[in-house]
Amino acid sequence: MQRVCCRVFFALPHVFVDLARSAKHVSLAFGFVGDTVNSFFLAAGVFDPASLVLLIWVLLTCGAVACFSYRRRVSRLRLRAIPGIAAIEEAVGRATEQGKPIVFTTGWGGDIQRPTTLAALNLLRFVAGKAASYGCRILFPTHDPVIAEAAKEIIRTAYNEAGHPDQFREDDVTFVSPSQFGYASGVDGIVSRQKPGAIFLFGTFEGEALILAETGNINGALQIAGTDSTIQLSFFIVACDYTLIGEELYTASAYLTDDRRVQSSMYAQDLIRAVLVALLLLLPILAMFGVNLFKEIL
Amino acid sequence: MTNRLAWIATLVTGLFMVAQYFIKTNATNAIYSTLLDYYQIIFAVSMIVGGIGLLKQHSLKVQRSSQRRGYSIVTIAAILFMVIAAGIFGTGATSPYQWAFNNLQAPMQATTFSLLAFFVASAAYRGFRVKSTPAFVLALAAVIVLVGKSGFGEMISQQLPAMAGWVLNNPSTAAKRGILIGVGIGSVATALRVILGIERSYR
Repeated sequence: MQRVCCRVFFALPHVFVDLARSAKHVSLAFGFVGDTVNSFFLAAGVFDPASLVLLIWVLLTCGAVACFSYRRRVSRLRLRAIPGIAAIEEAVGRATEQGKPIVFTTGWGGDIQRPTTLAALNLLRFVAGKAASYGCRILFPTHDPVIAEAAKEIIRTAYNEAGHPDQFREDDVTFVSPSQFGYASGVDGIVSRQKPGAIFLFGTFEGEALILAETGNINGALQIAGTDSTIQLSFFIVACDYTLIGEELYTASAYLTDDRRVQSSMYAQDLIRAVLVALLLLLPILAMFGVNLFKEIL
Repeated sequence: MTNRLAWIATLVTGLFMVAQYFIKTNATNAIYSTLLDYYQIIFAVSMIVGGIGLLKQHSLKVQRSSQRRGYSIVTIAAILFMVIAAGIFGTGATSPYQWAFNNLQAPMQATTFSLLAFFVASAAYRGFRVKSTPAFVLALAAVIVLVGKSGFGEMISQQLPAMAGWVLNNPSTAAKRGILIGVGIGSVATALRVILGIERSYR
């Protein structure tokens, strides 16, 4: 046993030296491949070589999401419980019991093109569906008339599907103001006058985040928020009952749907994240051996 | 059929927008620029539709003689004043439109913004109540950063500003980056689900 330990002990430096040499060869190979590809695209004149790494990561993420969604649907998914998502139905139910409306807004920071707004509108479909089936009124103030039109269609569809098309009121989806604090004042006014039972703040929020959240808190509404803005997250965490942090907002619809394709795509997201975490652990170790692949890979 | 057309339009436009980010040719630049122009046109038209909708909504409230119709009268008067003033006198530095903007709208916006100071104080009071170990860590980090970043911190100890800097640059930045990595992947996946029609908020 001692002899084996001694051999391993003396062999280790050689192993590390060999590893470093191999890694350097890999690094040189990466560099060579990268330079060749860059030269090719530069010669073709259609592609910015500086975007190559980004393109590879985008293709990798898209490929994984598409692959898991269409071909390799994960049969047994175990979803981590997220209290904020579980509380959505409770919030709508609570507002219905109290005979109060619910307020849903997507924040001032995002227009219809932002993925956060798209994720929020996907969530609106579920919230509006629940509200319609419970007979609860849903108010949707927004700063963007395009979002207002999209939301109007989503809520109208939800009421139609629930069999209560007569309960949908067009006036409940309101374009308030494109100005940041005009929008904040408008939503605050609606919250203060209507005293909603629940408030959903999903989307991109900026300076108005805390103004809205605190007004909701003062008026005693159960509040669920979710945003990708790291600055506003801290305000939501202290002022709201539940907060969806960053990516949880994007995955919320996967929790609320029965569609296996949407749920499988979430698995792909986790897979890409695991690869990234592994690289973040591996690359600094390689850097200690003088092999710096950060620029080539990340 | 309409839904299929909507999905095809989303797919084609979505894939083009991804492709044009990486492939820069005269043709892709021209199409991208045209699409942006179309978006501006749609936005401008939707603003008109939104404005008319707002006027219609508040007019109905005034007609219904609700208790709160005063707010609606003020809103209608403000919209009409700004539109008419801009239409007749323009939007120059000495125009009534600019006067209303500088003397009415800007102070009202500043008033709403200044509410943040009070809301930050009340939210911080609730947030920093030590009820559990994580809440204690949060409160401790907040005290270090608040005191360390103020001039008062340097008077107490020379180490406090450095500690505040360490909290901001290491654990705080690490957490932010962790969230941002998730947000980045989530954005791509959400956009792809919408482009491929896997997830649709319309039916």
